[in-house]
Amino acid sequence: MSATLCKKEFYVQKFDFQHAGKAASDVRKLLMDYGYEQQLVRRVAIAAYEAEMNMVIHGQGGTLALEIDFEYIQLVAEDNGPGIPNLQLAMQEGYSTAGDEIREIGFGAGMGLPNINRCVDFLGIQNKPQGGTIVTMQVSLGAEK
Amino acid sequence: MNLYEVASKVDARILTPTLDLSREVYCAYGADLLSDVLAFTRPHTLLLTGLFNLQVVRTAEVAELAGIIVVRGKTVDQSLLDLACASRIPILQTKLTMFESCGRLYQVGMLPCSKDVECVNNVCHPM
Ligand SMILES: Nc1ncnc2c1ncn2[C@@H]1O[C@H](COP(=O)(O)OP(=O)(O)OP(=O)(O)O)[C@@H](O)[C@H]1O
Ligand SMILES: [Mg+2]
Repeated sequence: MSATLCKKEFYVQKFDFQHAGKAASDVRKLLMDYGYEQQLVRRVAIAAYEAEMNMVIHGQGGTLALEIDFEYIQLVAEDNGPGIPNLQLAMQEGYSTAGDEIREIGFGAGMGLPNINRCVDFLGIQNKPQGGTIVTMQVSLGAEK
Repeated sequence: MNLYEVASKVDARILTPTLDLSREVYCAYGADLLSDVLAFTRPHTLLLTGLFNLQVVRTAEVAELAGIIVVRGKTVDQSLLDLACASRIPILQTKLTMFESCGRLYQVGMLPCSKDVECVNNVCHPM
């Protein structure tokens, strides 16, 4: 059995580009306050940000949950969108369904999920039967990536 | 080179005068795609971009970038500058194009964000 050190949930609104990225920024600040090393904080923050932006852009909004344990830092992004029909395709670098308006603000490179994969030690993506996606990310503590 | 020197090389205005620009910067990255920025930069990289929205500041914050040069003289909103100050991300603005800004900095020894650059603690230093 492992003990939870911290548990926190952040709400993410669809297409709210004023606040998009705030959850990741808050996660980052929290981890810095806990005193985790810079490289680890950066990896978690980037994963959080990519997952948050995907919920804003593709997922109709949702929640980003942070949980810190003795063994790992976990992020779960759960949204209310259409789900990801073809996961293999979505994981490919450069694959994106984002339109021109999204590309104009700097997203839609098709690099978000591959970025997350590079940053974390475990990535699990599930589609909910009722629609929506659950992206589970874990970064191990104590092990270098 | 620090960001004051960078600003003079690309004829840039410093839009966040309250932030400290004296830390040395060794490498830079030019892009308008933020996931590329997140994938290919290292901590304390200088970003040159044509984007001027809040997301570029958020991206700089999570990627721990050294600062942002907004190219081609685009007008930057006060809300962006407020967020930049709060996140301590210096913003410079130049009328030069992306190409010329990058070219001038390359000429004076700014390095690309490549793997050959020696990195100590994942921060770029000249070889
Ligand atoms: N939460 C989500 N809900 C529905 N579809 C998603 C979700 N996240 C990703 N996708 C789909 O997977 C594709 C690839 O996602 P990925 O994050 O890699 O790239 P992107 O968001 O299109 O661009 P980038 O992240 O580089 O800005 C998206 O274009 C979208 O079709
Ligand atoms: Mg994405």
